[in-house]
Amino acid sequence: MTKKNKSATQRRLIPTYIFLIIVSFISVFPLYWMISAATNNTVDVATGKLTFGTYAAQNFANLLSRTDLWGTLWNSFKYAGVQTIVALFVCSLAGFGFELYHDKGKDIVFNILLLAMMVPAVATMIPLFKMMSSFGLLNTVWAFILPTISTPFLIMMFRQNSRNFPVDILEAARIDGVSEFGIFFRMYMPVMKSTYAAAAVITFMNAWNAYMWPKVVMTDNRAQTMPMLIANLAAGYTVDYGVLMMGVLFCSIPTMIIFFVLQKQFAEGITGSVK
Amino acid sequence: MKTIKRKQQLAGWGFLLPASILIAIMSFYPILQAIFMSFKTGSSANLQWANPLTYNYSRMFKDALFLRSVGNTFLYLIIQVPIMLILAILLAQLLNNKDLKFRGLFRTMVFLPCATALVSYSLIFKSLFATQGLVNTILVNLGIFETNYNFLGNTNSARAIIIIALIWRWTGYNMVFYLAGLQNIEYSVYEAAKIDGANSWKTFWRITVPLLKPTIIMTVIMSINGTLQLFDESVNLTSGGPANSTITMSHYIYNNSFGQGVANFGYASAMSFFVFVLVAILSRISMKVGDKRD
Repeated sequence: MTKKNKSATQRRLIPTYIFLIIVSFISVFPLYWMISAATNNTVDVATGKLTFGTYAAQNFANLLSRTDLWGTLWNSFKYAGVQTIVALFVCSLAGFGFELYHDKGKDIVFNILLLAMMVPAVATMIPLFKMMSSFGLLNTVWAFILPTISTPFLIMMFRQNSRNFPVDILEAARIDGVSEFGIFFRMYMPVMKSTYAAAAVITFMNAWNAYMWPKVVMTDNRAQTMPMLIANLAAGYTVDYGVLMMGVLFCSIPTMIIFFVLQKQFAEGITGSVK
Repeated sequence: MKTIKRKQQLAGWGFLLPASILIAIMSFYPILQAIFMSFKTGSSANLQWANPLTYNYSRMFKDALFLRSVGNTFLYLIIQVPIMLILAILLAQLLNNKDLKFRGLFRTMVFLPCATALVSYSLIFKSLFATQGLVNTILVNLGIFETNYNFLGNTNSARAIIIIALIWRWTGYNMVFYLAGLQNIEYSVYEAAKIDGANSWKTFWRITVPLLKPTIIMTVIMSINGTLQLFDESVNLTSGGPANSTITMSHYIYNNSFGQGVANFGYASAMSFFVFVLVAILSRISMKVGDKRD
């Protein structure tokens, strides 16, 4: 392509650039504002101060005195971490089983499991709450994770991605006398590393963001999660916006780190089984 | 030889057993229980069969607040989902252009709202649109408004803000699907169209949309599913207010079961079964519509 052609192409793209710049600004601004508000006092926030202020330490101290920030952060990390490990193990095992040992019976089971995708969380909330409460699991990590350990989404994701798993390895390993479980641990898991990474990112994000279910089963303040903590901060009659945005910032730090460090895995995790 | 094959098949069943049992116990069993419970009334510890059995269902369709929550949810669905998905396809199409500079940067920025935790973004929008918030300050300073407007205290503006917030949070998310889909389309198809003199509008409707159809159907189903279950935004952005005029179905069901002191499990179950039926029907319809347009 000649130089002239190139600059003509770029000129034609000017409206596109303008549009994308506007959309990018709208996308980024609320987050910029959240961070700047966390460093200002509530009066400055309300009057529309957009630059960074000097109240970050003050807001942080107020947040610490008003809430159990460290305990809640630890809860959220614990729930989301355990959820991720257990869900990945259970669902990858199933994806492995469905794809590499597949027969008619298993396909029928798979199609039945997919129906669970249509079951809304709000419809199972009450029976599950009664179940958790009768087993004495309220306010424990088990109540948090049990309903979402096994999801059709993750099983499907592992199943679809298992299609690329080389079957020859499987046969070779069997001839060498490796057990079926051994194949899963020693061959499947290492080969599927990138699928595990994507699945881990999306599972962790979903668990971290969960709000309705924890609100139902975490009745004790000491068991609450970060989303619950910041929702409570905002629920009062007089809201200190500086402190609130400091809390919101803390709730978003893990998700932001994941976003910036693992963006590729995050995008893959979202699209999951769509290939 | 046969026994080895059998052993392998058995191992296969073993692998999928934990996941299958969990889904059965945590999804299928509770939905059946919810159906049973929807025919009962009374406090949570003392549920009795309702008299008549369909009492909760007839109550539901006479409950003005429930009907409003259904109306609100559909309003969000009908306005937000099309705007969001069209915007997402458009952005994906623009960002798929190889001549565009800073593609990665633009993509990251458009995708960035997904990095915000769900409750976080509701609270950010609540603060931005507060009566003493930034948006009001700017509008008053620019002279567009004379005095501060209570966005979240008026039904229509509160609904609009829920929709704006949803579009902000989820457009980039859906764009990722379309970008992935577009990458499967050979770039040469576009070059050929360009040589044939098709403008970008034509290319978009004649090439991009048809080739992305499976992806579009999936995002439609996911968005319908998600919007019908809207909860976080209603609770945290508007608290369902003013006077319950922006409340969603999930929020209302929550209020009837855990939210406001009264645990009306039977009635809440009936309403939640209604949501389940809606999700199932609308997913079926979108799949059918998608199949037909070949």
